[in-house]
Amino acid sequence: MSYYGRKFAFYLVALWAAVTLNFFIPRLLPGNPVDILMAKLQQRGGSVDPSVRRTYELLLGSDSDESLWSQYLSYWNNMAHGDLGISVSAFPAKVSDVIAQSLPWTIVLVGIATLISFALGVALGIVVGWRRGSWLDSLVPATTVLAAVPYFWLALILVALFSSALHWFPLLGGYDVRLSPGWSWEFISSAAYYGVLPALTIVISSIGGWLLGMRNMMVSTASEDYILTAQAKGLRPGRIMMRYAARNAVLPSVAGFAISLGFVVSGAIVTEQVFSYPGIGSKLLQAVQNNDYALMQGIFLVITVAVLGANLIVDLLYGVIDPRTRARR
Amino acid sequence: MTNISPSTEPVSEPRQGPVPAAPEAARRRPVSGWRAILPRWSPKLGVGLGLVTAIALFGILGPMVVGDPAAINNVGLTPPGGGHLLGTTQTGQDVFAQLAYATRGSLQVGLLVGVMATALSALFGIIGGYVGGAVDEVFSLFSNVMLVIPGLPLVIVISAFVPAAQRGAWMIAIVLAITGWAASSRVLRAQTLSLRNRDYVAASRVAGEKPWRVVSVEILPNLLPVLASQFVFAVIFAILSEAGLSFLGLGASNSSTLGTMLYYAQNGFALQLEAWWWFVPPGAVIALFGCGLSLINFSIDEIINPKLRTEPRKRAASRSAAA
Amino acid sequence: MTTNTTAADARRARPGPVLTVEHLDVIYQVAAPVHAVRDVSLTLGRGEILGLAGESGCGKTTLAYAINRLHRPPAEVTAGSVTFHDRDGHDLDLLALKNEELRRFRWVKLSMVFQGAMNALNPVTSVRAQLDDVLTTHVPSMSRRARRARCAELFDLVGVDPGRLDSYPHELSGGMRQRVMIAMALLLDPQVMIMDEPTTALDVVVQRGILREILRLREELGFAVIFITHDLPLLLELSDRIAIMLEGEIVELASADEIYQRPQHPYTRKLLDAFPSLTGDRGAFIRSGASSSREPLPGSQPETVDPR
Repeated sequence: MSYYGRKFAFYLVALWAAVTLNFFIPRLLPGNPVDILMAKLQQRGGSVDPSVRRTYELLLGSDSDESLWSQYLSYWNNMAHGDLGISVSAFPAKVSDVIAQSLPWTIVLVGIATLISFALGVALGIVVGWRRGSWLDSLVPATTVLAAVPYFWLALILVALFSSALHWFPLLGGYDVRLSPGWSWEFISSAAYYGVLPALTIVISSIGGWLLGMRNMMVSTASEDYILTAQAKGLRPGRIMMRYAARNAVLPSVAGFAISLGFVVSGAIVTEQVFSYPGIGSKLLQAVQNNDYALMQGIFLVITVAVLGANLIVDLLYGVIDPRTRARR
Repeated sequence: MTNISPSTEPVSEPRQGPVPAAPEAARRRPVSGWRAILPRWSPKLGVGLGLVTAIALFGILGPMVVGDPAAINNVGLTPPGGGHLLGTTQTGQDVFAQLAYATRGSLQVGLLVGVMATALSALFGIIGGYVGGAVDEVFSLFSNVMLVIPGLPLVIVISAFVPAAQRGAWMIAIVLAITGWAASSRVLRAQTLSLRNRDYVAASRVAGEKPWRVVSVEILPNLLPVLASQFVFAVIFAILSEAGLSFLGLGASNSSTLGTMLYYAQNGFALQLEAWWWFVPPGAVIALFGCGLSLINFSIDEIINPKLRTEPRKRAASRSAAA
Repeated sequence: MTTNTTAADARRARPGPVLTVEHLDVIYQVAAPVHAVRDVSLTLGRGEILGLAGESGCGKTTLAYAINRLHRPPAEVTAGSVTFHDRDGHDLDLLALKNEELRRFRWVKLSMVFQGAMNALNPVTSVRAQLDDVLTTHVPSMSRRARRARCAELFDLVGVDPGRLDSYPHELSGGMRQRVMIAMALLLDPQVMIMDEPTTALDVVVQRGILREILRLREELGFAVIFITHDLPLLLELSDRIAIMLEGEIVELASADEIYQRPQHPYTRKLLDAFPSLTGDRGAFIRSGASSSREPLPGSQPETVDPR
C-alpha cells in the first residue's frame, strides 16, 4: 500500500478506536449515568421523552436486554447522523449545537498558538543547533524549565502579572461581553485582544519542546556526510544551514507532531479553564461538573476527530517533504 | 579485491568515519562495560541532580518536620512572615506545611505512574520490537492509536464517569499510566529494533543463546539509558498530568498534591486577591522538579547520542578549520 | 566552460607542482592528544595521480581534509603549510585564507569526491538541485538554461543518463551515485580533485568502470588527483606516484613502478604482501605476512596487469 494509503487507513482505525472507546467507557465504569441524566433533565424542566432517553441509553449504556452489538450499531448510526443527544447543562440545546458554538474559539486559539510555537521553536532550534558552543547553547536548559512548567500555573502567573498587576490584558473571557458576536472588526479585534494571554501561555509552554527537538536534530545532522560535502563545495553557510541541515533536521519534528499536538490540546483545555475562555475545553469541564455525560462524550469525540484530522494532514505533509517515504515498500 | 562493506551503523553509534573519533570514543563501544552507560559529570547534571534531590528530600522528610497542614487558624489570608514561612491560606492553614505534604503526594503519584507507564511501554515496545512479525504489527498499531488519541480529554472522561467516592490515588494512577505509555513504547521499540540488528546480537543468536538471555544480557543493558530517559519523561508527565487533573477538580479525592493545592488556591480566589504565596510555590516546585529531571535527561541523552557531547578540548592558538 | 586541457597541456601551462604540502602537522586536541598527521610533506604535479595508501586510522583522510581545511574540531593544524599553485600564476596559502576566500576557492580550484557516496548526497533534494547549488553559488551569472546544459553535459561525461537528473539520491544505485559525485566534482573544471575511497563501497566490476572513467577524464581534462584508499594494488594500476602512510607519517613516496618492483620500507612490503595474488600455485595465495622478496615464486609468474 502506498504511504498515503497506509496513513489514511491508520487514521480510520484510530477513529474507529476512539468511537468504540467512547462507547465502552461509560459501560465499563460503575454507576448508572442514564438515570442521573434523566433526573437532571427533569430538574431542568425537560420531558422524559422516550426518544431522548433512547439516545442517552445508546450513548451511555442501559440495563435493557438489548444486545451490546445492536446497541453498538445504533450508536454508530446516531454518530453518522450527528445526533449526540441533548445537553443537560446547556438545556435545551443539543450537544452538537453547543459544540458547534464553542469549537471555533478553541480551534483558532490552539491553531494559531501551535503554529506560532512551532515556527518560533523550530527557527530558534535551527539557529541554536547550528552555532554550537556559542552562548546560545546555554539557552537550552532554560527552555527545559519552561517545558516542565504546568500550563495552568504559567497561565495563573501570566494572569497575575499582566492582568491583576499591570492591567495590560483582560482577566478572563473570550471577548468583551458588551459586544455582540459577529464578523465586525470591533468584535474580532476584541477577540484577538482577549486571546493574547491564553495564546501566550500555550506558546511559552510548548515552544521549549520544539526548540529542543530541533536543536538536537541540527546537532546530529551537522555531523552528517552531506553537510561535509556541502562545505567542501564552498556553499554559503546560510544556505548549508537551511537547505542541507535544517531541511533534514526538521523531519522528526514534523513526524513527532502527533505527540505534541496531544499535549497542546491538553494544555489548551486547562488554559481555557483558567481564562474562562469560551472554547470547547471549558465546555468539557462544565459538562463534567454538571454530570452532563452526553456533552462530555460529544466533546471528547469532536476533540479526537480534530486531533486525528490535524495529524493526518501533517502526516500527509511529511510524505511530501521527505521523498524517501514515498519510495518505501 | 576490496571487500570492506560500507558502514550501516545507525546514528547513535560513534562512527569511525572520515573524522576519526577521539580515543575515548573507542571505549564507548556498547559492551557490558557499565562505565560506558553512566552519565558523564557536567554542570547540567549537577544542577539537575541537586534540584531533584532537594525536592525529593523536601517531600519525604518535610511532612515530618512541618506543622499540621490542615490546622485552621483564625488569621485568614496572610502573606509570609510571623511564624508562617509561606503565609496562610484563606482558612488560615499554613502554606508551607501544605506544600510539604503536597510535594510528597505528587512525588508518590509521579513515581507510581512512572513505574507503571514505563513497564507498559517496555512490554509493548521492547517485546514487540524484539519479536517482530505479527506481534510487532499489532503492538505498534495499538500504541500508535493510543498515542494519537488525545490524553487529557480521555483521562477527564474516564475520571468523570467514576463516582467521586471511588476516585482514589490508585485509580488515578492507573488511568494516567494507561494513557501515558504510548510515546515511550515507540521510542523503546525503535531502539530495540536498531539493537536487534547489531552484529553482536546476531552473533549471540547464532551462538545459540536463548532469547531471554539475548534480551537480558545483550539488549537490555544497552537499552538502560533509553529506559532511564523514558522513565524520567514518564514521571514528569505523571506529575504534570496529575496536577492538571487535580486543578480541574478531577483528581484523587482525599489526597493532597501540588495540583490540589492549586485547585484550592484557584477556588479561594488567590489570583484575584493577589495571594502569590499560595499559588506560586506549588507550581514552582513542579517546574523546578521537572526542570531538574529534564537536566538529568540531557545527560542521559548525551550517552544515547554521543554526537550531542562536547569533547573537552585544550585551547591552543592555531589555525582552525573554516566554519 | 570546459577548457578541454589534456594532462600534457596542463603540465605545459605552468611548470611545477599544483599543490605543495610542507611539514604538515595535525593534532586532535582531546584530553590525550592524538598526533594524526606528522610532519607530512608532498607535492602534487599537474595532471598527476598521486595515490595515498595506508591502513585505517593512519591519517590519510585527516591529511586530505586538512589540505582543504575541512577538518573539524577537535582536529587542529598545528604546523606546516599547504600551498596551491594556481595555473593562472598565483600561489595561495590555503591555511591562511580567510573564510570567505576559502569558500570561493573551494570546488572552483579544488574539489572532492567522498567515500561511499552513501550519505554524501543530501537525501531530501534532487540530484539536479545539488549540482545546481554549486553553479548558482560560484557562477551566479549562469542562466538557468546554461546550468541545465552543463549538468546534462557532465552526466554524459561520466556515463549517467541525464534523464536521472531529477531523481533523489536513494533512487540511484551505488555506482550511479558515485558517478554523480564525480560529475559534481568536475562542474567547475577544478585543477585538483581529492578522492577519498571513492570506490570502496562498490563491487569490483563497477569499481573497474569508475576507475576507467577517472583515467579517461584525467586525460581529457587535465586535473590532478589525490586518490586515497587502503587498497594498494588498485593504486598500483591507477597512480603515477604512490605515498604510503603509517601512523601519520609518509614512510615511502615513489612511482607506482618503483613501489611494486623495489619497495624500500618494510611496511610497504608488508602491505604488498597482504594482498593475495590471483595467480600462482594452488595455496600460494595464502601469505605468511612475512616480508618476502619480490622475486617470483618458482613455477609462477607474477603478471604485470595492464593498467588501462
